[in-house]
Amino acid sequence: MTAKKKTKSVKKAERWQDVDVHELAKLEINQRLTDEEKVRLYTDMVRIRRFEGRSLRSYQEGKIGGFLHLYEGQEACAVGTISLLGADDHVITAYRDHGHALAVGMSMNECMAEMYGKHTGCSKGKGGSMHFFAPDKNYWGGHGIVGGQIPLGTGIAFALKRQGKKGCCLAYMGDGAINQGAVHEAYNLAGLWDLPVIFIIENNAYSMGTSQARSSAYPECLAQRAEAYGMDWDTVNGNILYDVRAKTYEAIKRAHEESRPTVLEVFTYRYRGHSVADANHEKYRSKDEILDYKENKDPITLTRKQFIEEGVLTEESAKDIDKAAMEEATASAEFADKSPFPPATSILEDTYWSMDNKGQDPQIDELNQGRFIFEDGGVYDK
Amino acid sequence: MPQITYRQAIKEALAEEIERDPNVFVMGEEVAQYNGAYKVTEGLWEKYGDKHLVDAPISEAGFIGLGIGASMLGMRPVMEFMFWSFCYVAFDQLLNNGSFCRYMSGGLMNVPIVVRGPANGGTNVGATHSHTPENLCANHPGIKVVCPSNAADAKGLMKTAIRDNDPVFVMENTVLYGQKWEVPEEEYLIPMGKANILKEGKDISLIAHGRAAITALEAAGKLAEEYDIDAEVLDLRSIRPLDVEAILATVKKTNRVVYVEENKPFASVGAQITSIIQEEAFDYLDAPILRVSTIDAPQIYSMPLEKIQIPDADRVVKKVLKIC
Repeated sequence: MTAKKKTKSVKKAERWQDVDVHELAKLEINQRLTDEEKVRLYTDMVRIRRFEGRSLRSYQEGKIGGFLHLYEGQEACAVGTISLLGADDHVITAYRDHGHALAVGMSMNECMAEMYGKHTGCSKGKGGSMHFFAPDKNYWGGHGIVGGQIPLGTGIAFALKRQGKKGCCLAYMGDGAINQGAVHEAYNLAGLWDLPVIFIIENNAYSMGTSQARSSAYPECLAQRAEAYGMDWDTVNGNILYDVRAKTYEAIKRAHEESRPTVLEVFTYRYRGHSVADANHEKYRSKDEILDYKENKDPITLTRKQFIEEGVLTEESAKDIDKAAMEEATASAEFADKSPFPPATSILEDTYWSMDNKGQDPQIDELNQGRFIFEDGGVYDK
Repeated sequence: MPQITYRQAIKEALAEEIERDPNVFVMGEEVAQYNGAYKVTEGLWEKYGDKHLVDAPISEAGFIGLGIGASMLGMRPVMEFMFWSFCYVAFDQLLNNGSFCRYMSGGLMNVPIVVRGPANGGTNVGATHSHTPENLCANHPGIKVVCPSNAADAKGLMKTAIRDNDPVFVMENTVLYGQKWEVPEEEYLIPMGKANILKEGKDISLIAHGRAAITALEAAGKLAEEYDIDAEVLDLRSIRPLDVEAILATVKKTNRVVYVEENKPFASVGAQITSIIQEEAFDYLDAPILRVSTIDAPQIYSMPLEKIQIPDADRVVKKVLKIC
């Protein structure tokens, strides 16, 4: 396998890129959306927004433990990119994973219950907010260590190629992850071996509390580092759903048809802190900056405006969608609240496949005779 | 039964599993065209090609993570560390993603990966290349850790590891690579979690894992010849799963234990086994459990001193004489 080196001329990327929505709407990939599909995309964005709002409340009520990394402000990225995926396309992301989870079709109930640490959660209360998984929907998490999921996503792409499938893997990361070594090792492997992976940097401007200017040696454009690895790259206005779809579509085509990787840098913005515990988020950035994004660049507002203009939505129908999303989110919190915690015995379960599947395959059982798993008698009496 | 080297035994295991399952591939630094830094994969690339033997760049975090990701989709990656000493640059992938993905997903996914390579000192290469991380890795629930002491075990355990649906870390030994043992010609598997009595005895139990089991066996010979002490030698084969039954059985039989290992002693595998024995078989002990480990300092380079640092049969004999 030889890497085809395709590079672009250096360009300075602007955080706020003016794109012409009307021109983007004319692109084939956006033209092909039916009215119904557009409503679905809008609804999914609103559902994420309302779900996050409700989970924040639950966190403040003490129902959700640990960390809570909210996705409010970034909805168009998850919804727009995932709207293009087919049966053999896969998704893996970092710890700000609620938006992607809902976008791939996970239910609010299983996600909320997971954060409540309940047995009905998608990971049976074993993963929490940062570790949502749904392999049946090609959704591979939900990973807590910055950049750690990127080699995994590259491996998913490797497997797809090896299995002769025309699929790809969207591997999401934040702008902070770009300075992790594992990311660069994965970049090199993807470029070297022509892997159908799309690295999506959701650039929300801050690596926790540190701006790019203070964390990256070349902060003007993070995607451009792709050139060092012979990969194509592009930048995206993450507040414009049509732009997200247009650029992602090109990358997916490249992955499917040429088995080539792409780096996309999606400029977006998070309204909340790095996590809810981030008490300084109005200190390392100004209130005006947050307000500017909320009032002028909000992806949901901009999408609504466009869809109303197109006659797909009305103010009324948009309100109904919002109301339904709020109700769904409220119901998910009630569901989570009422759900039982996992039994203490479940602490040991799901550690080893071979323990959990005893009796299903005699050959495997034979292989695993004599297994001993250390256990804490105080927690679990056999 | 023909005698083959430990190295050849592992190669046969890899070849047989590649032929059995098209999803199996071996990836690592210099495993394909170079024929393996330690020649474990010699000739395999020529025979099975790029699909099954993949040369990786020097990017352990990248390619171990890639293997884990590929295994999630049903591939059966066998990842080679040129030395397990290089695992530390891939720790996040091995110990967060490898060991915890299944658990954190509530059992929705599996990571059927094998990570193998030599994990030993004694080759005069200094501290950075002489790590024995079996205790560190076994401290992570979700991972299985295997330390074969001889060629027959290396082959049978490797085949089992490749077929296993959980992540298995196989720790080999460069000192053993060139040594020969009898290995069955017909296909066989050795289950993990089944310890092996290398020598029956009644006076004391020498329990060990990896090459230390061979050292213990040598010590048992000396004890019989020079001191008329009949030592039993129990080779654990795998650290996790652990054959507690076999450990307790030998303790109850001989009532005395010396644990032999090439791990450093602090929080080592031997420390863990000692804890289990005192908890489960305290009444059967006629003497304190003693341990022979690698001397507790970073691995020294100087050749004669490294020989002193790593357990040898004489050190084991001396230790046994303290309680026999």
